[in-house]
Amino acid sequence: MSITARTPRRGQSTPRILLIPAVVILLLGMGYPVVWQIVTSLQEFGLKQQFGQPAPFVGLANYIELATNAQLWLVVGKSLAFCLVTAFLTLAVGTLLALLMASISKAAKLILQVSLLLAWSMPVVAAMTVWIWLFDRRRGAINYLLDMIPGVEMNRYDWLSTPFSFLAVASIIVIWMSVPFVAFSIYAGLTQVSDEVLEAAQLDGASGWKRFWFIIAPMIRPVIAIVLLLQLIWDLRVFTQIKMLQDAGSASGDYDLLGTYIYKLGTSAQDFGMASAVSILVLAITIALSSFYIRSLLKEDEA
Amino acid sequence: MTTRKVVLNVVAILVALVWVFPVYWMVNSSFVPTAVLSSFIPTFFPIHPTVSNYTGAVADGTFFAALGMSVGITLTVVFFCIIFAFLAAVAISRFRFRGRRSFVIAVLVVQMLPAEGLFIAQYKMVASVHLLDSVIGVSVIYIAAVVPFTIWMLRGFVAGIPADLEEAAMVDGLSRFGAFMRITFPLLAPGLVASGVYAFLQAWNEFTVALVLLPSEAAQTLPLWLRGFVQASATRETDWGQVMAASTLVAVPVIVFFLIVQGRLTSGLVSGAVKG
Repeated sequence: MSITARTPRRGQSTPRILLIPAVVILLLGMGYPVVWQIVTSLQEFGLKQQFGQPAPFVGLANYIELATNAQLWLVVGKSLAFCLVTAFLTLAVGTLLALLMASISKAAKLILQVSLLLAWSMPVVAAMTVWIWLFDRRRGAINYLLDMIPGVEMNRYDWLSTPFSFLAVASIIVIWMSVPFVAFSIYAGLTQVSDEVLEAAQLDGASGWKRFWFIIAPMIRPVIAIVLLLQLIWDLRVFTQIKMLQDAGSASGDYDLLGTYIYKLGTSAQDFGMASAVSILVLAITIALSSFYIRSLLKEDEA
Repeated sequence: MTTRKVVLNVVAILVALVWVFPVYWMVNSSFVPTAVLSSFIPTFFPIHPTVSNYTGAVADGTFFAALGMSVGITLTVVFFCIIFAFLAAVAISRFRFRGRRSFVIAVLVVQMLPAEGLFIAQYKMVASVHLLDSVIGVSVIYIAAVVPFTIWMLRGFVAGIPADLEEAAMVDGLSRFGAFMRITFPLLAPGLVASGVYAFLQAWNEFTVALVLLPSEAAQTLPLWLRGFVQASATRETDWGQVMAASTLVAVPVIVFFLIVQGRLTSGLVSGAVKG
């Protein structure tokens, strides 16, 4: 955005008055919870405190307990693995689809784009109900279609019955939901790569692969970086998908990622101190990951 | 057309079919009679379509209660979001003042904060003022979550309207406020619509915060109501036709509105990167 022709007015009070509603709502809905959470993560805030006892400050005891809690590390490890695998697969599929969009006829492109848009626009809860139905062990379409492949015998396989296939299903669903955004963003980046440069490279004898690697890839690198970053952040905090798959399958601890783990700490165990400490961990990772994205947006603001 | 291009076109169509399949499946299953649906062979086309799944899904009245809750929350969020974001967007794109940069950074950071890392505190806060199961409690959290991106979106729109236009109108005798209302405001309309639809989509689809802040069954929003169907399926035989009809009911308004704004959403999220 480079409309710098505006003449900034130098008033100091008007803009501040205009900001008041936004600032108040942000402090109320986000600021206060963040502060409360930081404070609570330093307290012992368990069942007794739920019933009115004062919460004693325990310093970093919650964090120390976290650091030595093997179960938490397992959840963190699973969440990170889920996040990395899902985000990179999403990026790979999205990039391939963007390249595909750039090299097919108009009609085919329209069909592909409409289909991706429909998938993208599905509300997450509605999408989850369909996917759970598709993966249903007895009447689901997926086991039925897989059974039709010669030599494949699904035996009404219950996809949600082992943590690995459970997370694989979650990953497939998240990839399905996220690929459209990635594909459209990268495609938008691709359309800005000039045809003349590509033709010149082709005349000079650069193969398709070389043209991609040496010309297209460097030019769309900023888009790819931001899209990947957003995917990592979104996939780390994945909650709705896991929660709903747990509704349909098993809700035991083996099927937890960070989101559901915190939820259970807060709701079933009523241990707000620990839940807050884990939340702070998630927030810290998120902010660390986003700092690059935020910097790039700030650059745009200053332009 | 070269063979290569033909192959690529075919691949593209196949990918399109795979991607749209769950959406198709939802709509398809919602029209298949329950008796047909409960056979072990999936029905790929609704040969004898019925709307009984739809009437069944909304029969017990909980749908309309949830619809009312969702509409109430969504309208509240859209209304306040647009006003708050509009005022803030004018402030940061029309004025230079001390604290502006801190505000912009704060907005961008808040935009990234996940509800999944805050819901314990939000629950505690809303419970302490006795606003669980209420429209207000959820709405406050939603507005705070949605307003940052809306400010960011509108900022671009406001900045895109040259202040010179306003000044010209002022030279012609309009007051600053009059110039703003008559010149800038109409030009901003598409931006306001886009941010309104964005707020609508967020509030209408949100699940996590609603799950925590609306524990009572009487105060469910549509996503929670829909989840109730899946939850029940763990214990009894699911009527998938009804679940799919319910999903379709929840999804259709979203799909319609989403198609209106998707272009702006993509460019809003990655504009920094695309435009360099």
